[in-house]
Amino acid sequence: MNGDIGLWAVPLAMIGGAIRVSTPFLFVSLGEVITERSGRINLGLEGTLVFGAMAGYALAYLTGSAWAGVGAAALAGLLFGLVHGLLCSLPKVNDIAIGIALMLLGTGLAFFFGKPFIQPVAPDLPAINLGWWSDLPQVQAALRVNVLFLVGAALAVALAWMLRKTRIGLTLRVVGDSSDAARALGIRPARVRILATAFGGALAGIGGAYLSLFYPGSWNEGISSGQGLIAVALVIFARWSPINAFFAALLFGAAGALGPALQSVGVTQGYYLFYAAPFVLTLIVLVLSSSKSGALTGAPRELSITK
Amino acid sequence: MSAGVEITAPARSARAWLVPLAGRAEGVLLPLAALVTGFAAFALFLVLLGKNPWTFYTLVYQAGFGTGFSWTNTLARAAPLLLAALCVAIPARLGLVVIGGEGAIVLGGVMAGGLGAVLGGWPALIAMPLMALGAALIGGLWIGAVGALRQWRGVNETIASLLMAYIAIALMNHLVEGPLRDAASLNKPSTAPLAEALRVGDMPGFSVHWGLAVAFLACIGAWVLIERTTLGFSARIAGGNVRAAQVQGLPVTKLVVGFTALGGACAGLAGYFEVSAVHGSANASLAAGYGYTGILIAFLARHNPLAIIPVALLLAGIEASSGLVQRRMELPDATMTVLQGFIFVAILASETFTGRLDLTRWLSRGERA
Repeated sequence: MNGDIGLWAVPLAMIGGAIRVSTPFLFVSLGEVITERSGRINLGLEGTLVFGAMAGYALAYLTGSAWAGVGAAALAGLLFGLVHGLLCSLPKVNDIAIGIALMLLGTGLAFFFGKPFIQPVAPDLPAINLGWWSDLPQVQAALRVNVLFLVGAALAVALAWMLRKTRIGLTLRVVGDSSDAARALGIRPARVRILATAFGGALAGIGGAYLSLFYPGSWNEGISSGQGLIAVALVIFARWSPINAFFAALLFGAAGALGPALQSVGVTQGYYLFYAAPFVLTLIVLVLSSSKSGALTGAPRELSITK
Repeated sequence: MSAGVEITAPARSARAWLVPLAGRAEGVLLPLAALVTGFAAFALFLVLLGKNPWTFYTLVYQAGFGTGFSWTNTLARAAPLLLAALCVAIPARLGLVVIGGEGAIVLGGVMAGGLGAVLGGWPALIAMPLMALGAALIGGLWIGAVGALRQWRGVNETIASLLMAYIAIALMNHLVEGPLRDAASLNKPSTAPLAEALRVGDMPGFSVHWGLAVAFLACIGAWVLIERTTLGFSARIAGGNVRAAQVQGLPVTKLVVGFTALGGACAGLAGYFEVSAVHGSANASLAAGYGYTGILIAFLARHNPLAIIPVALLLAGIEASSGLVQRRMELPDATMTVLQGFIFVAILASETFTGRLDLTRWLSRGERA
């Protein structure tokens, strides 16, 4: 049954694409959910994502192990998050502006150190074939799912449980909603926020490693085109919930897969417009999910963008 | 408050004369200190990589500011940077962090290129202002929309403006490779080259195009608007406290949309000059990152349009030197981005010292003693 499935190829490619494209969105969003729940916003995750992609690829190439690459990317992301968290703990320092600066610095450092790794080929992350039951190559291709996607999905559930049911989750929520209340409980808000930002950075780094080690699966200077930024915007749409962030990431993965899916069936007109689809969708979603008064339901009250 | 009393004291000693200056000194000293810190941190970075920072900064000076030729190069790069920085600084008066100037530059350039192709046979006296106006208009609409979204829907302007920059670049690629493409541009898809009559020339005596003069005027104009008009004053109040501004009956929505649109119009003009004075047609070179360097310039200048002029010249010189420095020292292309990143982080971190560097109090304490 190597048959022609006609236009069915488009939705099928989009499902496969959604799973493939969504993983970096998922990791960055989950990390940012935790950071923002503590009352901080890290706009610089785009830079962390790109640096993570470079660090992951470089280490995977040098050690021959893709998982070592993922570890390096997580560590690099952790450091970026730590720097962001520490700088923002200084009085009068604006977290949004620091995010912009670290976006520039992270991208710059990634390109600076990544130059020698553009040519070499690093090992890929393994994928699991969930499409074994089907004879159609298109179905099999769509359901070749990377391990990291499954890890991300499990992480979304785990983080949701953590926020709701554990002491850490409660601490995070208290700090995010009121620094004063946290202090009254004997919690140091600055320390919690630094840790939450470092955690968010680590996840964004892993998202970057996915980009360079699985899909598209190589390191170059055009590896991320704003996925990190979209993922940060997604968190608002997801109302700071890890489970919502998972579905939002899938939706945006599908939007990102639209262009390549149409190309695969021969539609080449307006390639660049389809490429812009996730950005347009993000903007629409932001417009719809924001409100005139600026107050967003479910938003941590200490968050600067909602004040 | 006590400082104010000191100034009006009857005997105006030299020290009393210094007090108002000292009050402003922090605004200059702090960014300067941050700049030096950024340079020093980058020097350390180079040392760790086994490169000589002294050679680096000497080369930057020589290639950016050392000779008449390097100044020409620096000044030509300064024009779009000045206008891009205004796109950040003008909305900043209202407390808005707009970082999508790159989008307005790119669309302004495409507008200029597209209009230039249509108006090819027209007299330059009509066609050129139309092209500049078109570029400013599309830039103003693009960034003004960010302000409008902020005001009417509460959408965060920082995220929205950056998203719109990505959309603008995709739109440019689509137009330049599709509907507006000149069939003769094979390797690098571009709009049709502008007629010679529609190109902006160099200023007499310099080999720098007129865009620089316009950019200087725009900075001065923006300064007058912000510091010397009621409109600018209202904007500063609204930037400080929206509720207070609303109670005063200030038209906050009009101010937000107007100021963002004005900033966008400046960035659009930058695109116009890039096409009509530098490239000669609109193509992907428009997305050269001027919008992003403009953000750093505006923050370094503390969003003061006059301070933008020297800061933009400095960063233009650094960027102009990048080619030579990279070749001589075997450094990658991203070197200057890393340097800018270091400076950017330093300038933002320095804001934590705001108010600590109180020269006024130090001077008056001396007087009382």
